[in-house]
Amino acid sequence: MSGVSIQGLGKAFQKEDGTATQALSGVDLEIRDEEFVCLVGPSGCGKTTLLRIIAGLETATTGKVTVDGRPVTGPDPKRGMVFQEYSLFPWRRVIDNVAFGLEMKGVAKEERRKTADRYIEMVGLSQFRDAYPYELSGGMRQRVAIARALANDPDVLLMDEPFGALDAQTRNRMQRELLSLWDETKQTIVFVTHSVDEAVYLSDRIIVLSPRPGTVREVIEIPWSRPRDRTSADFAEVRRRVLDMINETGNAQ
Amino acid sequence: MNRQTQKRLLGIAALVTAAVIWQIIAEYVVGRSFILPSVTDVAGAFADLLTSGTLLADIAVSLEHFGIGLLAAFLLGVPIGIIMGWFRVADYLLDPIIEILRPIPPLAWIPFAIIWFGLTTQAAGFVIFAGAFFPILTATYSGFRDVPKVFVEAGKVLGCDTSFELIRYVALPAAVPAIASGIRIAMGVGWMCLVAAEMFGVSSYGLGYQLWHNYYLHQMPNVVVYMLILGFAGLIIDRIFRNYVDGQLLRWRAGEVA
Repeated sequence: MSGVSIQGLGKAFQKEDGTATQALSGVDLEIRDEEFVCLVGPSGCGKTTLLRIIAGLETATTGKVTVDGRPVTGPDPKRGMVFQEYSLFPWRRVIDNVAFGLEMKGVAKEERRKTADRYIEMVGLSQFRDAYPYELSGGMRQRVAIARALANDPDVLLMDEPFGALDAQTRNRMQRELLSLWDETKQTIVFVTHSVDEAVYLSDRIIVLSPRPGTVREVIEIPWSRPRDRTSADFAEVRRRVLDMINETGNAQ
Repeated sequence: MNRQTQKRLLGIAALVTAAVIWQIIAEYVVGRSFILPSVTDVAGAFADLLTSGTLLADIAVSLEHFGIGLLAAFLLGVPIGIIMGWFRVADYLLDPIIEILRPIPPLAWIPFAIIWFGLTTQAAGFVIFAGAFFPILTATYSGFRDVPKVFVEAGKVLGCDTSFELIRYVALPAAVPAIASGIRIAMGVGWMCLVAAEMFGVSSYGLGYQLWHNYYLHQMPNVVVYMLILGFAGLIIDRIFRNYVDGQLLRWRAGEVA
């Protein structure tokens, strides 16, 4: 019911001198309900742009995106977004950051705090509910950002390299936690990452984009159950295939 | 002895030494109270002014002038800064006008202040407004321009549908530290304008007016008293404001550059 359908999507950025850069071209993609997909590709292939178009933060030049059958026309709380940069509002406590979306919806204070508390507990930060963002570590901030997006009960959760700024250990822990959250909430997740390892660990399908102008080069199904063993031979094999694909197309440019 | 007490003690010692040197020079080197009133002359003048009763009234009048000017600057500067910082068309429209008016020294407005308002508190307030308005406006404007893009986008995906909501819930709270420092600069400029406005006869009361009036009377110890009171009052106003703002902002800004 909450699938994302992308048809013939293209995006050109207008530059100052009047010329245009084609970032994406002819992207066709169907993302099923409750599916976890990762977008990977060489730097500058437009994977973040694609995610931002799904979020409604950018508009496509051609083609269209529909979520749940409805075309995307602008940002909407039904499509939650977790940014790579720390995006928590520093002037709000954790609880009020998580409750922000509900506040915008006009939910009464008592009720929205109750809901927010539930999501804060889900990401394991109950003891920090009254802390300000500066008091939290990078990993904690991203967990709050995830809770904040989930509190709106979105159809789709869009994640733009959310763990990119974290150290390797924290990153692995966050990946495990994200999977267990996903297990609990069954949101459709579209996840952009630079890390092929991360993509193989997390996703049902990996969407490999070609270099600019980005288009879908290959879709790799990963049917294994979770949690996955990063050290297994199968894991290494898929990782190598995806890496080859990215490097090969990257070098061809 | 910890660093804090050391700092305090050395500060007091320096002040006492300066007062003693001042006293010695005034009494034994210069020898004329008109050229350089001594510490004891000034202390006596202060006691006289305090008991004669106009001192507190003058402080009150000056604070009134200051309050009118600053309040007006705040009420106009913040909204105009917000509009210019958020809407590009408003920026393009208003920027040329602002850029022409801004370099005019606030004191150059004194003739028109008198013509428009007469010798009233509003006239003095207007001169202070002319000095305080632009620092508040430009601080608000740049505070809004510097709101991180990711905050605005987060606001949008979390359900802020209108510019009003984005300003009210995202941009304005993010810009509060910038606005607060703009107000602080405006208070400093406004305090200087206050003295000049009162001295140039926009008002017939107030600390600045009395300072000038006592100069005409050749009461130089009184002039020093008013100078010191102006300095102290400016200092106290700044301290009160800074403590208040820090108390409000430090709760969420402690992690950033203090």
